[in-house]
Amino acid sequence: MITIGHYVFVSSVLFVLGVLGIFLNRKNIIIILMAIELILLSVNINLVAFSAFLHDLVGQIFAMFVLTVAAGEAAIGLAILVIYFRGRGTIAVDDVNRMKG
Amino acid sequence: MNLLTSLGLVASEEVLSGFGLLLLLVAAWGGDKAARTVTVASILALAAVAVMAVPSLMLSRAGVDVSAFDGQFAQDSFASYAKLLIYLGAAVTLLVAPNFFEKAGVYRAEFPILVLFAALGMGIMVSATDMLTLYVGLELNSLAAYVLAAMLRTDERSAEAGLKYFVLGSLASGILLFGISLTYGFTGSTNFGAIHESLSHGLPTGALFGIVFVLSGLAFKISAVPFHMWTPDVYEGAPTPVTTFFATAPKAAAMALLIRVCVSAFGSQTEAWQQIVMAAALLSIVVGALGAIGQSNIKRLLAYSSINNVGFMLLGLAAGTLEGVAGTLVYLAIYVVMSVVSFGAVLMLTDVDGNQVEAIADLGGLSKVKPGLAAAMAMVMFSLAGIPPLFGFWGKFVVFMAVVKAGYVPLAAIGIAASVIGAFYYLKVIKVMYFDEPSGKIGGKCLASHTAIVVIGCLFISPLGYLLTGPLGRLAESAVSALTHG
Repeated sequence: MITIGHYVFVSSVLFVLGVLGIFLNRKNIIIILMAIELILLSVNINLVAFSAFLHDLVGQIFAMFVLTVAAGEAAIGLAILVIYFRGRGTIAVDDVNRMKG
Repeated sequence: MNLLTSLGLVASEEVLSGFGLLLLLVAAWGGDKAARTVTVASILALAAVAVMAVPSLMLSRAGVDVSAFDGQFAQDSFASYAKLLIYLGAAVTLLVAPNFFEKAGVYRAEFPILVLFAALGMGIMVSATDMLTLYVGLELNSLAAYVLAAMLRTDERSAEAGLKYFVLGSLASGILLFGISLTYGFTGSTNFGAIHESLSHGLPTGALFGIVFVLSGLAFKISAVPFHMWTPDVYEGAPTPVTTFFATAPKAAAMALLIRVCVSAFGSQTEAWQQIVMAAALLSIVVGALGAIGQSNIKRLLAYSSINNVGFMLLGLAAGTLEGVAGTLVYLAIYVVMSVVSFGAVLMLTDVDGNQVEAIADLGGLSKVKPGLAAAMAMVMFSLAGIPPLFGFWGKFVVFMAVVKAGYVPLAAIGIAASVIGAFYYLKVIKVMYFDEPSGKIGGKCLASHTAIVVIGCLFISPLGYLLTGPLGRLAESAVSALTHG
């Protein structure tokens, strides 16, 4: 029997993977965008699971909003990445260091 | 509550979004030549919605009368207080932006529209009484802000600031959302009132995790320690008018949002968040004060100063009393004006050709070249440090009073000790301006619009500001009273 605890466990694992993906990844900014997406999707699993568990529709509607905003966020992230690449010719994480201190 | 009443209550948001969409068409049609026209129209729109916010604040409206869309949105006096500060910050940004961007290349017509949409998002944030509205408002504000930070597309620092702000801002949104999902799951609702009611019966562990995640996400947005690391880079890299914007409007909005979430949604479990806010407050004060020492860029220094000031604001919230929250709101208003003056003055620091000067060392001898500007800078630095005759002291005073009254004397003592450390770096800037050899880097003319903003702001933070302590305190109390209503 799959309980609400299983869903929350899976989504927590995905969330932690997403956060680690942002902080441990030293290679490529695209991977950071993927990690952000992973975080948002882990939240969606949570919302939909709770929604079913509570017999309450709000969670599913919330998940729709999250999906929509995630699309906009990815678009803006990629746009900023493109102008960054035009100026610097690289998208390696270690090179994002023009400002320090 | 029918749909028409609800639509009437969100009138200011309708005006802003209507103007934003209309001006977007104008910008698409007229191109960058229309930029100044669009800016003027945007400022007028902001002035109009600011006027619309006044009656709600004066009449301290609260409760079901001003609650729209089945408790999703509240146009109460608390929201109006925050909105006035937000619209002020946005309008000042639009006043100083055109000249800066024309000097840097081209002033794009999309800039004022993005500011307008960000202001709209912030208005929705501070009015939100449901996690869903909160999230939508926050993202509308954040998405516009990421683009604003990267507005100077050919400038490497601006693009890097945009990228950093985007990555860390998205992470913050993700953390906040995860917290919201846990809160929803363990309290059974996303509505602030229902969460308050549910938590009054006890605090499930899952909901505690939810509170911690929600507070962490919001701490990112107000740049409180330990989630402050993006602030110096973004403040330094973003174009200065955009930095002015970041230091004023989004900060006021996120702080107001944090207060509403803590008091309206999590208010029945004050002990659960009080310690977190206390720790964040003290850490922000200390890290803000220590981090600023040794900075050589004035915008970076002001970024650490804003971290430090956020700490003092959080101190009022950490007191856990309504008086403390009112103190935070008073501090917030004074802080927004101080930020406007400090960044207005930074924008006036130019060389003979009108290029921005940002290195603190280049301010040497400013008192001889531009005595008025040096005096204004000195005044705002003293005010940020909270030195008595200036109005910045009053903000710290009301916050500390509330903390002491709530019985947290050690908290106040540490705060006061750290503000002494903070005074050191503010005084260092004043020393460079008044006692160092002229660097010869500063020159050029001051623009009338900048001068007017700085002079009006200086009048407010001068001892004359104390005439306003009564009205300001009453407005803050009226705003706070809306939080506990209904």
